[in-house]
Amino acid sequence: MPAFEYAPAPESRDVARLRASYGIFVDGRFRAGAGEAIKTVNPANEEPLAEVAEAGRADVDDAVQAARNAFEGAWGRMPGRERAKYLFRIARAIQERARELAVLESLDNGKPIRESRDVDIPLAAAHFFYYAGWADKLEHAGFGSRPRPIGVAGQVIPWNFPLLMAAWKIAPALATGNTVVLKPAETTPLTALTLAEIIAEADLPSGTVNILAGGPSIGQAIVDHNGIDKIAFTGSTEVGKAIQRAVAGTGKRLSLELGGKAANIVFDDAPLDQAVEGIVNGIFFNQGHVCCAGSRLLVQESVIDDVIAALHRRLTTLRLGDPLDKNTDIGAINSAAQLARIRELTDAGEEEGATRWSPPCDLPDRGFWFAPTVFTNVSQAHRIAREEIFGPVLSVLTFRTPAEAVEKANNTPYGLSAGIWTEKGSRILSMAGKLRAGVVWANTFNRFDPGSPFGGYQESGFGREGGRHGLGPYLA
Amino acid sequence: MSSTLSGLDLRDVTRDDAALRRFLSGLPGVDQVGAEARAAGLATRSIKTTAKAWAIDTAISMVDLTTLEGADTPGKVRSLCAKAVHPDPSDLTTPSVAAVCVYPDLVETAVDALGGAPVQVASVATAFPSGRAPLPTKLADVRDAVAAGATEIDMVIDRGAFLAGRYLQVYEEIVATREACGVAHLKVILETGELATLDNVRRASWLALLAGGDFIKSSTGKITPAATPPVALVMLEAARDFAQTTYELRGVKLAGGIRASKEAIRYLVMVNEIAGEQWLDPSLFRFGASSLLNDLLLQRHKLRTGAYDGADYVTLD
Amino acid sequence: MRKTYKLYIGGAFPRSESGRSYPVTSPVGELLAHAAQASRKDIRDAVVAARKAFGGWSGATAYNRGQVLYRIAEMLDGRREQFAAEVRAAEGGSAAAAVATVEHAIDRWVWYAGWADKYAQVTGSANPVAGPYFNFSLPEPTGVVGALAPQESSLLGLVSVVAPVITTGNTTVIVASRERPLPAVSLTEVLATSDLPSGVVNLLTGFPAELAPWLASHRDVNAIDLTGVDPADRPALQEAAADNVKRVFAPADEDWHSDPNTARLAAFVETKTVWHPVGV
Repeated sequence: MPAFEYAPAPESRDVARLRASYGIFVDGRFRAGAGEAIKTVNPANEEPLAEVAEAGRADVDDAVQAARNAFEGAWGRMPGRERAKYLFRIARAIQERARELAVLESLDNGKPIRESRDVDIPLAAAHFFYYAGWADKLEHAGFGSRPRPIGVAGQVIPWNFPLLMAAWKIAPALATGNTVVLKPAETTPLTALTLAEIIAEADLPSGTVNILAGGPSIGQAIVDHNGIDKIAFTGSTEVGKAIQRAVAGTGKRLSLELGGKAANIVFDDAPLDQAVEGIVNGIFFNQGHVCCAGSRLLVQESVIDDVIAALHRRLTTLRLGDPLDKNTDIGAINSAAQLARIRELTDAGEEEGATRWSPPCDLPDRGFWFAPTVFTNVSQAHRIAREEIFGPVLSVLTFRTPAEAVEKANNTPYGLSAGIWTEKGSRILSMAGKLRAGVVWANTFNRFDPGSPFGGYQESGFGREGGRHGLGPYLA
Repeated sequence: MSSTLSGLDLRDVTRDDAALRRFLSGLPGVDQVGAEARAAGLATRSIKTTAKAWAIDTAISMVDLTTLEGADTPGKVRSLCAKAVHPDPSDLTTPSVAAVCVYPDLVETAVDALGGAPVQVASVATAFPSGRAPLPTKLADVRDAVAAGATEIDMVIDRGAFLAGRYLQVYEEIVATREACGVAHLKVILETGELATLDNVRRASWLALLAGGDFIKSSTGKITPAATPPVALVMLEAARDFAQTTYELRGVKLAGGIRASKEAIRYLVMVNEIAGEQWLDPSLFRFGASSLLNDLLLQRHKLRTGAYDGADYVTLD
Repeated sequence: MRKTYKLYIGGAFPRSESGRSYPVTSPVGELLAHAAQASRKDIRDAVVAARKAFGGWSGATAYNRGQVLYRIAEMLDGRREQFAAEVRAAEGGSAAAAVATVEHAIDRWVWYAGWADKYAQVTGSANPVAGPYFNFSLPEPTGVVGALAPQESSLLGLVSVVAPVITTGNTTVIVASRERPLPAVSLTEVLATSDLPSGVVNLLTGFPAELAPWLASHRDVNAIDLTGVDPADRPALQEAAADNVKRVFAPADEDWHSDPNTARLAAFVETKTVWHPVGV
């Protein structure tokens, strides 16, 4: 029994204003989708949260048509400074309903309330604020003197940051004058549908944004639809490739934000305590459900024992449990399917001969849970060093020299992010230059900002979200 | 960070100034932004109900109730001591504080006023707060306080020597002070506000621990900034790492500017999650404070009675 | 005596490993020369050479790359009559038109040379993030770029495809125009005697329809430029490119004589964003 036991500090579930059922949002109105009604579940206890009427193919047709009408009509004709006002209004509304959205996000996704409250929701509002300000300045953005929108954007987003991913997609698309048909992930539709409410209350012209809940077949229908001019997809590399194949020859523009297997590189002169925080944040933030997670820890061999000891010690203070408890650090895994995948790969890690360790952890009986796990004695050839696990599992490898660190870090078809920990300035810049990754965090990790372009090299995708560069994928 | 943290013979390290400088420079650096972020993250822990009650009582038992003013009189010190033993006369379940902290010439008065109660008498010494006096003077200050009955001595390091890189001099002064303490325990005040960087806080912490300090203490309370969460973080990490290397448990005292119970509780969370449970004890953690005690008492009342109090419901010293 | 021209791979001029060649004729059917008919193994070798050259070329300073390209422009200028004659033979038309085309091509090359040490200033940024961090974004070359040169514009179009790729630090494997490869071959002779490091540009003559699929499916090629591919043939190549998430550049027809925008520079760079805390 610990000396200082923090009593439970639960955020109230009622704040989420959960409804019994949610419809889809097409042409400015909510309606029941023509597809199945599914129950979305709280991954922390497997209890159903709400019924969501999924879209059918006819709904996709209607949404695309509505988006087309809006593009050729009210939204397409609107000057940038007027588009900006809508985006500001949406940003403000997200801030005003921040607490409700945070609790709803934790219920639907399983992530700790502290993360949805302190990271997801504020960043989502910030993205709308940021892109609102670009809407009337596009001719100064470096894309020519008369940049034009592409048209109707079809957007498919994942379950790991549901509201934030919706903001990353919708904000730049609208700022540049496009209209949107967006499908949230099947296991996490609720905050996107609440965003639809916010959008409706902001009086955005009907059809400018359409949000359809649904599964992979609806995503496919959007990707394949002839009325879609541009596709933006965030998700697995496997599905990203399938989409790139599917749009070949259609003339549709495409941007992809896919998987990663980022190397977090710790040198012998790293600021050790902050590096350990960076390692922990890198792989255990959001339960490791992060495409840019620092899932491979590369430690300079001379200090491996000290780093692992400090890491193990730090992990014993992580608190796993009820996502609505403000003291929870590690929440639930989003779905049974994801949990199965994590287990499969960690079992493989043991079979491959890596050494497995987890801090002592009481996993709740119900719900989808996985204890933070560290594998040491991992080599590049192991599956757990190559395949994206997308869970709270860290693979630790060693290196001897900076060149070897670069070589191992780059030895992957992925290229989304990387971390460097060292006190030496010239080494930071040298490593940053050589790491083949779209985002390099030096002496920090998992920092995001609407002004900071995010995206990958190679099989982690192409196109950037955030910053001036984030306008490019939405301009003709 | 070098392999020196894992079981090295520390006598080698203090062989000369150059060796000591190399050791201290070889300690892991502290990234300011990262340290501030970790401290801020720990401050988001929500502590309620039974946990809060426990934290308040624990914090009270860790207070070094302090008066260090030029205008201090025996009367003032006697009041302080009465409050130290029974912080809340209307509720005798309230724990006593850990110690009173006074100037050396008032130690005798404090000892007398406490009359054997289980409250330590801590004395500042070594030309507190500036530390700017010849070493013999500073040591005499210590010996006088111990002779008068002080069981704890709070010394200040020579910040000028530290910033000028004369680490061995700082080390030797602490060693000499420790010797002059005899059976009294020694707290070494780093005056972190003058050290300015978190790297310096780490180095000074290690220096004081190597030299035999029983406690490292953040501040004199006479300048700002005094104790801050990132400074506390680094000091707790130093105590933890020192214990890991040498198997010796040393304490941490935060002083200066801590007025609210909320802050004190946040520091206890930090002690818990950075150093570990063992440090959640007055033998290894203290708050140097004066007005903090009253805020703790007000919070204690509220938890017990459910109502908010006013200042008149707690005693002045 | 009609020559048989060879491939340009890794700074050398090998024959195709297949030993094949094919006749190159003028628009009116006059035999001009023979050109090597590259095979998939030549593609393979060219990609190896391009990958080998990438570290050095992308690691050179931008100033250095610009200098190398300027020097090549000077060399092209020294051979303007030769090129004009070859363009005229390949494309037909008047002598004056050929001369104008060559002048445009040299100007185009010079324009792209000048971008080498400026593109980062126009596209890069220090991003004002909401926290104590220094955050900057810079363009980096994507790697090995496979390109299908325009079928009709044998020099000006070719230069417009090659120059932006290499000025940004990429290396490249180019498949020349099938019917009009000879100006491309002369370009490689210039490149071989210039300061351009071996392997930065590799040029294969032959049948694009046969070669393009091998480039499009090659996992060590980072991007593919489908300029010289007929729109009807592009879908299959785009599908193959998806296997390693290649960046695909598939532009509409361009008027090579008019001034380009920066789209061809942007197409083959990645944006890297770096964060570092600001503290004491």
